[in-house]
Amino acid sequence: MGEKILMKGNEAIGEAAIRAGCRFYFGYPITPQSELTAYMAKKLLKMEDAAFVQAESEIAAINMVYGAAATGVRTMTSSSSPGISLKQEGISYIACAELPCVIVNMQRGGPGLGSIQPGQADYFQATKGGGHGDYHLIVLAPSSVQELVDLTMNAFDLADKYTNPVMILGDGLIGQMMEAVEFKERKKISLPDKERWALTGCKGREKNYIVPFNLDPYEMEKTNFKIQKKYNELKEKEVRYETINLDNADLIVVAYGTVARIIKTVIDNAKKEGINIGLIRPITLFPFPDKIIAETSEKINKFLVVEMSLGQMVEDVKLAVNGRVEVNFYGRVGGVIPTQSEILNEIKKYLK
Amino acid sequence: MLERIIISGFGGQGVMLMGRLLAYAGMIEGKKVAWMPSYGPEMRGGTANCTVLISSNEIGSPIVSHPKILIAMNQPSLDKFEPNVSENGLIVLNDSLIEREVKRNDVKVIRIPADDIANKLGNSRVANMVVLGAYVKKSGVVKLETIFKVLEKTLTGPKQKLIDINKEALKLGAEIVKE
Amino acid sequence: MKKVFERPKSLTKDPFTYCPGCHHGIAHRLVAEALDDFGVREKTIGVCPVGCSVFAYVFFDCDMICAAHGRAPAVATGIKKSKPDSIVFTYQGDGDLASIGTAEIVHAANRGENITVIFINNAIYGMTGGQMAPTTLVGQVTQTSPYGRDPKTMGYPIKVAEMLSTLKGVAYISRVALSKPAYILKAKKAIKKAFQTQVEGKGFSLVEVLSTCPTNWGLSPIEANKWLEENMIPYFPLGEFKTPEEVS
Repeated sequence: MGEKILMKGNEAIGEAAIRAGCRFYFGYPITPQSELTAYMAKKLLKMEDAAFVQAESEIAAINMVYGAAATGVRTMTSSSSPGISLKQEGISYIACAELPCVIVNMQRGGPGLGSIQPGQADYFQATKGGGHGDYHLIVLAPSSVQELVDLTMNAFDLADKYTNPVMILGDGLIGQMMEAVEFKERKKISLPDKERWALTGCKGREKNYIVPFNLDPYEMEKTNFKIQKKYNELKEKEVRYETINLDNADLIVVAYGTVARIIKTVIDNAKKEGINIGLIRPITLFPFPDKIIAETSEKINKFLVVEMSLGQMVEDVKLAVNGRVEVNFYGRVGGVIPTQSEILNEIKKYLK
Repeated sequence: MLERIIISGFGGQGVMLMGRLLAYAGMIEGKKVAWMPSYGPEMRGGTANCTVLISSNEIGSPIVSHPKILIAMNQPSLDKFEPNVSENGLIVLNDSLIEREVKRNDVKVIRIPADDIANKLGNSRVANMVVLGAYVKKSGVVKLETIFKVLEKTLTGPKQKLIDINKEALKLGAEIVKE
Repeated sequence: MKKVFERPKSLTKDPFTYCPGCHHGIAHRLVAEALDDFGVREKTIGVCPVGCSVFAYVFFDCDMICAAHGRAPAVATGIKKSKPDSIVFTYQGDGDLASIGTAEIVHAANRGENITVIFINNAIYGMTGGQMAPTTLVGQVTQTSPYGRDPKTMGYPIKVAEMLSTLKGVAYISRVALSKPAYILKAKKAIKKAFQTQVEGKGFSLVEVLSTCPTNWGLSPIEANKWLEENMIPYFPLGEFKTPEEVS
């Protein structure tokens, strides 16, 4: 058991990544995640067999990750919304090449340059692919600094296990916030060997090559099918969520990340007024926890999705519910964080 | 128990540090804590503020729209946050930089001549510690000794020599509210 | 019997699929010979671009990766940082390196990345069918400069070798051509020197290779060689622009 320390979310990701064996970080400054880039510079530049590069652009940073990942090392980049948009080309290549890496998005208000305050409006971009082509990232949505640490470490394992890029989808609030964290000893798990594909020089073997294209459409279709199979496996094996108070709830709120924390306070306050609210908090946004949502909608007929967007995850909730019950939505955007009282008022509307 | 604190002042007055010391002390004492800065252009010279939550239970929303405690290190901070302080809340203010009276009559007010005391100590930069000492003593949210411990943990290397003057300032602040 | 000519070990047995008269084949061979000369094939990782030479991964018998258009220097940076003992080269065309990938090449050069860049300048986009490149000559007709490149609206051709040699982090830069045997011999020396620069850990090296694109120029292979010598070399002078000896 490690000691509890007080740490800022952004720095906690950095420490967790290093403890998970990430030695190669490529990034570009952008608020509200710059502390992570600075943390990696401070640590990695003093380490052996490690590298930190402040890239000339987000585009270059993700392509450096692509190069490093191709050699089989654990590597990471991080940014915030507008910067993540710039990385999309590279992410699509990495997904197609089936290379493991971790990408952190500390979301801010959008669209455009937007604001620098927290947002969740990159949900579509994160979970539906984001760049061109049929692909998905594994998307993890932490809602406390401790969970940020645990999921970051986990992200590297998932990336290696599925040879797929993993995105940590946080927001400015969780990145800037300080909370107590503990770096727990991690169980060693067995992961697939990278030697069969990593570019390490062809000594004693046939050459390896990584080419995210095939001009023969039938071959390219096969590549797509192969990747798709992985996504189906993810849906079977890696779905994670937290539930609170699902039995006897008058209404179910579905929320992730920062908003889910606010809902927990709403639940406590509502109880005082005799209102029972349940929460389903997706921890993996892809694969999405649709089964628990579907099952719950068999029992409880009022759903409210709350997001810092104008309605993105709500679409996945609706797909899961499949028309059985009405799914309502409440959202604030542009960097505005919904308050507990406005959410409770919204809930009361549907309980009348 | 759930303390919801907003600490606000000019950039450079050390309001972020006040918040971090409080949160750290709360953590050492086994409580759940969260610290949230205002971030963005404000931190480059304008007003800055941070939110601190110290709780005996898991902390849900880290957003505090109605703080129980406001620590205002300058007048713009009082102007900005006074209306939001919850009923029967507490405003601790830096009397050296705030001339006006508090308009609310449903909150407790403590005025600390923080800069004056800090200047007497020979370092105007510890005004924040004077105010923090007063608040900690008044509220008992954490022990003053725990804040000392945090100072010893965090002020290391060349900053070590600042521990004594910071402790002195915390003590002087605590003494004011004792009287 | 003495063998006087053989396939370099660093090339696979796959026959080149480039157009007749295209210089890619010669350039590939010169790179492969340099890898053989230094005995580094088994620790080399090559980065191919987007463009005709996207297929370079087929022809080089060493570990290879294909980068997104223009991003090869960033990919190479990631590889070299994570495998510092490897020999890393990028092979890029003019659209890739001097247009969409300008930022990546300038900053990789400026950081002094210890990689080797083979820059194929044929003054046109090949794979997409003959559009204007950043190195297309003034007056040159392409699909997207159908009335000839007009510098008033389209700018002048970029001299990459000259531009990059102003950067302090760069160790070796030269410009060569492949249109006749004498030039090819010089090009071989230059490419070898570029890899030597990397093998010795001296920093960023780049060889700009003036090449033909008979198909998109609309010329026969022989006419194309002549066109290159008469039009490209006067604007893009051959020679060394920076050598490691000049780097302090």
